[in-house]
Amino acid sequence: MSKIGIASPRSAATVSKHSRPGAATIIAVTSGKGGVGKTFVAANLAAALSRSGKKVLLLDADLGLANLDVVFNIHPKITLHDVLTGGATLEDAIIEVTGGISVLPAASGLVEYSRLTGEVQDELSAIIDQLAQRYDYLFLDTGAGISDLVLYSASLAREVLVVATPEPTSLTDAYATIKVLAMMQQRSIFHLLFNQVSKSGEGSRYAAQLGDVANRYLESQTATPIELHHVGDIPEDQSVPDALKKRKLLMHAYPGSPAALAMSKIAKAVSRI
Amino acid sequence: MAGHLGDLRLSEAISLLSQTGQIQLDDAAEPDVQLVQRIIDGLCELSSLDALTGLANVRQFRMALDQELDRVSRGGSPMALLMIDADHFKSINDTYGHVTGDIVLQAIAQCLRDNMRPMDTLARYGGEEFAAILPNCLPQHALRAADRFRVRVEAKEIVLPDGQTVHVTVSVGVVGVTAWRDSDAKSLIASADRQLYEAKRAGRNCVVMEPTSATGVSGSEKSALLSANMQAKDE
Ligand SMILES: Nc1ncnc2c1ncn2[C@@H]1O[C@H](COP(=O)(O)OP(=O)(O)OP(=O)(O)O)[C@@H](O)[C@H]1O
Ligand SMILES: [Mg+2]
Repeated sequence: MSKIGIASPRSAATVSKHSRPGAATIIAVTSGKGGVGKTFVAANLAAALSRSGKKVLLLDADLGLANLDVVFNIHPKITLHDVLTGGATLEDAIIEVTGGISVLPAASGLVEYSRLTGEVQDELSAIIDQLAQRYDYLFLDTGAGISDLVLYSASLAREVLVVATPEPTSLTDAYATIKVLAMMQQRSIFHLLFNQVSKSGEGSRYAAQLGDVANRYLESQTATPIELHHVGDIPEDQSVPDALKKRKLLMHAYPGSPAALAMSKIAKAVSRI
Repeated sequence: MAGHLGDLRLSEAISLLSQTGQIQLDDAAEPDVQLVQRIIDGLCELSSLDALTGLANVRQFRMALDQELDRVSRGGSPMALLMIDADHFKSINDTYGHVTGDIVLQAIAQCLRDNMRPMDTLARYGGEEFAAILPNCLPQHALRAADRFRVRVEAKEIVLPDGQTVHVTVSVGVVGVTAWRDSDAKSLIASADRQLYEAKRAGRNCVVMEPTSATGVSGSEKSALLSANMQAKDE
């Protein structure tokens, strides 16, 4: 057995289970840069998919700054933390929210997970295996950055959805995320979503550019060429913060808004991956 | 001038070098320029080697690292620095004694050397710690190579003179160095040591690599990414 890692014991570097048993399509939502809309995208994609009859669970994999609870206006007493420490069962922690979506919330400020131990990895992997049997879609809402936990969560997912905005720092962080996953986990297919775009066609241009640079610089270092699938763009839209203020999902509060319509289109693309 | 060579007191150097097999005692019959040169070469070599394992010593290692970093920083291919430490070595010494401890260190040295390329520098860095420089090695290959070394040591059966066998494992810290990384030898060694510490903390017999080694985005990658950004803004 190989025991290597990127600053963590058995991580991320080789233990990647792109395809796992079970029915669910597991999608890790990640970005590198924080605050670009990962949680917004994960929650509303879940809403769009569950509207078309799919069983969807959102797992808050941001153990440091969990905020799925805020988005769904829930006040969980039992969280992923309790499941990880054996203090509660999975059933106790899962909350059914509006529209048939299930949420597995995390608690904020779980600094002890900033170092991902082997035990936490095994627990998390086991939890996701169990969940995969019961849902059609599992969204792993990861935290910002490229921490051990983010890398490990990505390694447990079949698909990775990278969320970026047209901001330079977001683009370079999205690239860094793709680079590390390609190099350390031999992942070659990525889904790319541009959020908060102001001009149509902007996302496609960045997606093409990212793909070009990835293949130019990483070609000699990866076994398979990197494929970036651009799933679509979401415009900058005041309805997004407005819905958040009402503690409602955009898809429910403003279903006709430009951002919600874009989200529905993206959900269709996601349902085909 | 030539006559003065005979006045040199070479006997100590010659007996030192003959002990280590670098020179034959009867060579010393009559000192001439050639013999003196051989003695100097022998002493130089001795001063760059570790006495127990025959690997490079710390001084030699530091010189090789400086040279290699210089090459990488001038746009050369990436290299990797490894810190390798025998696990629970103290308990081997305590259980079997220091003679066995030395045999184990020699066996680890041999095993590592056998699994490296001739171009790699392997040094004894201190007690039970080894250091390796792998030139021309991409970060992700360094990770695999380091794990291969770990596996080979783990699999090695070390046979003691009395027929007993001992097994030993190593923990490895890895740092990758690419052309765009501007780092001096000291900070790289410190970083490799930190990864080694993480490997120990993670339960030993494993490899840990510095996160930024492989994930760094170079200046040229950044400007390639953002050139489209600029164009888009200009439109
Ligand atoms: N399309 C959009 N239009 C306007 N505002 C948006 C849009 N998308 C996201 N936002 C706003 O950006 C903020 C950050 O979004 P969100 O919390 O989903 O990001 P995140 O990537 O999950 O952040 P973190 O890295 O902290 O987890 C929110 O306040 C949200 O309202
Ligand atoms: Mg978030």
